[in-house]
Amino acid sequence: MAELMYWEAIRRAHDEEMAHDPMVICMGEDIGVAGGTYKATQGLYAKYGAERVVDTPISENGYTGLGIGASFLGVRPVIEIMSVNFAWLAMDQIFNSAAKVRYMSGGQLTAPVVIRSAGGTAHQLGAQHSARMEKVFMGIAGLRVVTPSNPRQAYGLLKSAVRCDDPVYINEHELMYNMKGEVPDDEYFMPLEGSEVAREGRDVTLFGYNISVHWCLQAAATLAKDFGIEAEIIDLYTLSPLDRAGIVASVRKTHRAVIVEEAEAAVGVGAEVMAIINEECFFELDAAPVRVSAVNVPIPYNHKLEKAAIPNVGDIVAAVRKMVGK
Amino acid sequence: MNVADKKRLLREMLFARRFEERCYEAYVERKIGGFLHLYSGEEACAHGVLEAARPGQDWVITGYRDHIHAIKCGADPKKVMAELYGKETGSSKGRGGSMHIFDVEHRFMGGYALVGGPFPLAAGMAKAIKMQGGDEIAICFLGDAANNQGTFHESLNMAKVWNLPVLYVCENNLYGIGTRIDRSTAVVDQYKRVAGYDIPSAQEDGQDVEKVIKAAKKAVDHVRSGKGPYFLELMTYRYRGHSMSDSNAYRSKDEEREWSGRDPIIMLRDRLIKAGELTKQGYKALDTEILDEIENEIIAFAEASPEPRVDELKKYTFAENDPWVYGGGR
Ligand SMILES: Cc1ncc(C[n+]2csc(CCOP(=O)(O)OP(=O)(O)O)c2C)c(N)n1
Ligand SMILES: [Mg+2]
Repeated sequence: MAELMYWEAIRRAHDEEMAHDPMVICMGEDIGVAGGTYKATQGLYAKYGAERVVDTPISENGYTGLGIGASFLGVRPVIEIMSVNFAWLAMDQIFNSAAKVRYMSGGQLTAPVVIRSAGGTAHQLGAQHSARMEKVFMGIAGLRVVTPSNPRQAYGLLKSAVRCDDPVYINEHELMYNMKGEVPDDEYFMPLEGSEVAREGRDVTLFGYNISVHWCLQAAATLAKDFGIEAEIIDLYTLSPLDRAGIVASVRKTHRAVIVEEAEAAVGVGAEVMAIINEECFFELDAAPVRVSAVNVPIPYNHKLEKAAIPNVGDIVAAVRKMVGK
Repeated sequence: MNVADKKRLLREMLFARRFEERCYEAYVERKIGGFLHLYSGEEACAHGVLEAARPGQDWVITGYRDHIHAIKCGADPKKVMAELYGKETGSSKGRGGSMHIFDVEHRFMGGYALVGGPFPLAAGMAKAIKMQGGDEIAICFLGDAANNQGTFHESLNMAKVWNLPVLYVCENNLYGIGTRIDRSTAVVDQYKRVAGYDIPSAQEDGQDVEKVIKAAKKAVDHVRSGKGPYFLELMTYRYRGHSMSDSNAYRSKDEEREWSGRDPIIMLRDRLIKAGELTKQGYKALDTEILDEIENEIIAFAEASPEPRVDELKKYTFAENDPWVYGGGR
């Protein structure tokens, strides 16, 4: 098993899928000659050429639509949108074309595109480069949404997303591309529906996804060491559909739920997980579930304000202690 | 074009007119729901262009005014009508409706309701054609007002940069719903607008099907020969309102009369009569035959067809049993 960085894992998945199927292409701004803002396509231009590693103009809706149209005829584009903040411009084609074409054609057409984009709040990038948009994609019927929290998932999810006949949106994170982790040496495919137990515990379940899984892991270490609380962590690496069975199984075990999301609470992942708990296992609960979420503001530039807007490990520890009464 | 082809074309265009007019009635009878955009008056555009192309082989895409493009590509009019009736036997199994006719078997890649949405999809189909090495082309039909969307400019730029085999046909009927083109658009001649992308273009009379065919041949040849995108503007007019909820109050009766004096079907008919290839009675008989076919076969089929089952509501949202959703069996 090799240690790879998150970007290396994504690069490897691109490379293997392009070698496996000549109809797999990648597209995006600065992904070819320049190698990609996050290096996710580094070296692929030299290997596969300009027809298959396509440097696009800055036309998010245009090139996303172009990728979708190509996918109608059997091409499998992996489209990188430099930042989720720019994905809003492509929302028309993602929402109106990719996600709906199978349904409105009565199953005749499908759009097997993969759209990858970097979201999250990084280091003082300001309001227009710090959005967390996964909640928006989650609400789109006909679109799969996944979000890798580590290199192994980043690799395995992209592999499956390329092969799957449905459109898949992969929510990555500005701060995670240099994160290291083990990735199996053998080819490996992640299911596109599911969740993983990132830590076993009995007292409370922390639900996280993408970067918040790492905050949960740190919080769980503190909770165990300083307070004797054993937190279970569920990594919701597929956001649409959410893994109802996985969510319910953990709540049945711990009877307490805290959802940790980097995004604002409103209409978000936490709200959705809470609704599932209510619907499926309300009477298993020993305490009302809580959300640890971002403050509902455009992300500020000032570093203190920025930190205050986003939840942190201390917030998780505090929320759990309050819930457990320790 | 020989006489037999002209007569076939006359029949096709008359069929298109009668089909659309019958849709109008069915809508008034509330058999058809939703938005309904009719093509009456514009028949020479789709027929002329596709006559010059290879319907069923070339990949065609358009907006919401899509029934006739689908049929000309080879879609069964019975299934198109059944779709308008929302029936399971419809071309999109009753899930699409008037604005979303699809017939992928005949490479009619759909009707889309977002103005400007198909521009990049067509460029993408052309990208796929190029990768896969065929000599088919992608053809995108859209209206004049669609050219004010960003997708128009983004797609033309990409099509030119990557030399994609795509023909953009602008059906310029002078209006986007009720807004006349000169009130919304800085450059009224649409074919001039693509000069900024160094894409060759032409403007042609869209009411004279023979002229359309000639202009389209040139356009199709250009694209098929690998020279990249082309833009063809056809000047035309819709007889009905934009959709069924529109009364045309914004247009003058003089303007409407002027255009109906240049009806694409009547012009072709009169030419054939003048050449001694068709009689008035022959035309009447053809019309009756078409009306009978529409009533006895097409409407009857749509009426008799079953509706989709409610327990299949979620079908077609995602691929069924896709192994990669479950980790590919590994
Ligand atoms: C993105 C978007 N904006 C607005 C509309 C509403 N709308 C439907 S058709 C139309 C006019 C389009 O005119 P044109 O492109 O000239 O085509 P025509 O209907 O004349 O054939 C408008 C504004 C829409 N469907 N999609
Ligand atoms: Mg118009």
